[in-house]
Amino acid sequence: MATKLPKVPVVIVGMGWAGGIIASELTKAGVKVVGIERGKDRTTSDYLMGHDELRYQHRTELMQDLSKETITSRNNRSMTALPMRSYGTFIVGDGVGGAGSHWNGQTYRFLPYDFEIKTLTEQKYGPNKVKPEYTIQDWGITYDEIEPYYDKFEKMAGISGETVELYGKRSNPYPTGPMVKTPIMKEFEKVTKKLGFSPYVIPSSNLSETYKNPDGIQRGACQYCAYCENFGCEYGAKADPAVTVIPVAKNTGNLDLRTHSNVTRILNDGKKATGVFYVNTITGEEFEQPADVVVVASYVFNNVRLLLNSGLGKPYNPETGTGAIGKNYCYQVTGGATTIFFNDKEFNLYGGAGALGMELPDFTGDNFDHSNLNFIHGAGIRVTQYGNRPIANNTVPKGTPSWGAEFKKQSIKYANSTFPVKVQAASMPHRENYLDLDPTYKDAYGMPLLRMTYDYTEQDREIVKYMAQITKKIAKEFGADIMETNEEQAPFNVNKDGNTHNTGGVIMGADSETSAVNSYLQMWDAENVFVAGASAFPHNSNYNPTGTLSALSYRAAEGIIKYIQQGGLLV
Amino acid sequence: MSENEKNQQGVQDKTRRIFIKNSGLTVGGLIVGGAVGSLFGIKSDTKTEPATAMVHESAANPNEALMYFNQEQYQTTAAAAERIFPKDESGPGAKDLNVAIYIDHQLASPWGVNAKDYMVGPFQKPDEKQGGQLRILRKDLFLLGLKGLNDYSNKTFKKKFTELEAKDQDAILTDFESGKAGDLSGVSTNVFFKMLRTLTIEGAYADPMYGGNKDMQGWKMRKYPGSYMGYTKEIQSDKFVALKQQSLHDHMGH
Ligand SMILES: Cc1cc2nc3c(=O)[nH]c(=O)nc-3n(C[C@H](O)[C@H](O)[C@H](O)COP(=O)(O)OP(=O)(O)OC[C@H]3O[C@@H](n4cnc5c(N)ncnc54)[C@H](O)[C@@H]3O)c2cc1C
Ligand code: SF4
Repeated sequence: MATKLPKVPVVIVGMGWAGGIIASELTKAGVKVVGIERGKDRTTSDYLMGHDELRYQHRTELMQDLSKETITSRNNRSMTALPMRSYGTFIVGDGVGGAGSHWNGQTYRFLPYDFEIKTLTEQKYGPNKVKPEYTIQDWGITYDEIEPYYDKFEKMAGISGETVELYGKRSNPYPTGPMVKTPIMKEFEKVTKKLGFSPYVIPSSNLSETYKNPDGIQRGACQYCAYCENFGCEYGAKADPAVTVIPVAKNTGNLDLRTHSNVTRILNDGKKATGVFYVNTITGEEFEQPADVVVVASYVFNNVRLLLNSGLGKPYNPETGTGAIGKNYCYQVTGGATTIFFNDKEFNLYGGAGALGMELPDFTGDNFDHSNLNFIHGAGIRVTQYGNRPIANNTVPKGTPSWGAEFKKQSIKYANSTFPVKVQAASMPHRENYLDLDPTYKDAYGMPLLRMTYDYTEQDREIVKYMAQITKKIAKEFGADIMETNEEQAPFNVNKDGNTHNTGGVIMGADSETSAVNSYLQMWDAENVFVAGASAFPHNSNYNPTGTLSALSYRAAEGIIKYIQQGGLLV
Repeated sequence: MSENEKNQQGVQDKTRRIFIKNSGLTVGGLIVGGAVGSLFGIKSDTKTEPATAMVHESAANPNEALMYFNQEQYQTTAAAAERIFPKDESGPGAKDLNVAIYIDHQLASPWGVNAKDYMVGPFQKPDEKQGGQLRILRKDLFLLGLKGLNDYSNKTFKKKFTELEAKDQDAILTDFESGKAGDLSGVSTNVFFKMLRTLTIEGAYADPMYGGNKDMQGWKMRKYPGSYMGYTKEIQSDKFVALKQQSLHDHMGH
């Protein structure tokens, strides 16, 4: 029998960036919040032995324990979805800080084009530019409306960067200056400028200098220690909810943080939520936590899964295109890179940071003319320097055997002499790409797993072909000895594709027929439920998602405070 | 301590001082970072002993013992891993790096029993894009693979794998890689081969505390410094900066 706890004003499921930001804003405003997190609490002292490639990267120390839950996947509806049994792609966060503890920290804003993609595409290219099976739609918010929330997030996290002309207008410059430039970044800058492009240093959550934020949190500068992506930062230099918003929420005395607690259902009467049901993952004890407001911030996958398992909202139906929960799942496209090898140049590639690199704005969004192209949106083309850890980085020229004497020779020869000119392209929603519940497989608590039905589309394959020619052109200018371009996008492979930017499933919009939440991330069908995270994105841009999901979380926090005061739908 | 090591230590002390100066992870004056907190407590003269002092006693390394394999399984693993990552002019191969010790320890770890994998049935045959769907545990698959190597060697060359010449061992491994060597209780030899290859690379380059990468020689070969506090200066240099290897052991004093 579950223990029924006393009712609280707000319960938040998940303590990553989305949950952490909302917890901090509400508790600062004097609202009592219960924060429920399935994983453990974390501090920087956990990372003293943090520079351990095997433990953190290859044995995924900080990520969701797949023995308890995973996703199932299939490329299309005619296949049977099977569970992702061990990690291939999408390494999902777990514990206080969520994926915000082991992320890279590349922190962008989306473009004005993104928020009004349907309207702007039709205005410029006519109503038939995009085929009807691509379910693009406007977000129900404009860039100008979201700008103040981006500003707030950037000041809290201390984002380091430089203003880029081709992007949306900023009310303020970045709070800290850009990261340092390494020789490969300088070379990228030189050759792309020569080609007429406008390279800039990637905006970063790895602080370029000591910074004190408006909440009074002071953090030191990044040491370019090279154990960033997949790792926690022992210095607290990387913005992580566990060293920024969560300590602030804790300090107010208004946050009741419950770790090792897994929410299995949102309790509701069909119209409104009444609380959440959770299990203590250590003792197995079950609890019912009644609440006036339920915030679901458990990452894209569990946001969708919790709503479906709780019978909240209308499930998406790919046959009819109706319903919204599970709709417009998007990924990101990373084909089209050109890898270059130097025979007699060595760089200090062993060092670096998660968000260290340079990128071009020229081929992002609608910053170039698509009149004669059979795709919309674009890609960020970049050179990055994360620090080449030796188990993961053994790039050898094509034709080299994958083991034996020749492999050893080549992998050692090029250990410090190869890097790619990379592509990260936008992902447009498609009628057949969606999330629902798996009919067969269950998690450790007996709840159905989330099923993903996804493959790259024609739009993705076209974007990759186009971007491949550009990375090739740039790579040529580097004057490398060997150049290899990945020209075509292969089918989606849950074991291989290495991008962790999942979006959609609980999308925002202006219309309750075609979206699940409004621009405050408030559910149309249950006004006291707010669903925060990249699940709200109607499509995925070519940028990393966290800047945007965090900005939306600030807006959601504002909405929740308004809701507590006045009730009802906020839009 | 050699002059070189002294210089090295001077540089480290300096880096640490700069780091402490730059880092002030505080909430309203409260230090929130354990790493930073303990650094503040360190006096510059209580520095960690460099790990190099131990290197010469490696013959007595208590870590070189078996948790899982029997002697023959150990020998077969060592021989196969050596073919994946052989000794050459650039430096030691898997054998000298203790890769088979690493593999033994990994198979005895929670990873060997798939502790963090989703192991609930039904187990169905996957499409190639759906990832592995094996019921068998890693530790069991590996032993099947070792037995398979010997069976296939006996069948092909009438000898055990460890008794073959290098080029014949390569021929056996090539057939395992392509799957031509058949199945191991229903699992393609290719699956075992991939696991062997991955474990070999891990054993060459993982931190030496896991049993492989002996004396950090895997890192030395590719001029990988191992584990430092930071590289702010090095990454900005136009010239390649070769640093002396350090492992996690060097951070034990923090
Ligand atoms: C290796 C890596 C690198 C990345 N790099 C970048 C980058 O450079 N830039 C960028 O913009 N993005 C990056 N990302 C993505 C970024 O980390 C995520 O977008 C972001 O952290 C998501 O925040 P969130 O709060 O929505 O979800 P999460 O951080 O995943 O937090 C959700 C929390 O909810 C908890 N939870 C889930 N289910 C339950 C439940 N049922 N009950 C209780 N608690 C639950 C989880 O344990 C978790 O702590 C990266 C991701 C990874 C994995
Ligand atoms: S690279 Fe910088 S931000 Fe990343 S973990 Fe190291 S010190 Fe922290």
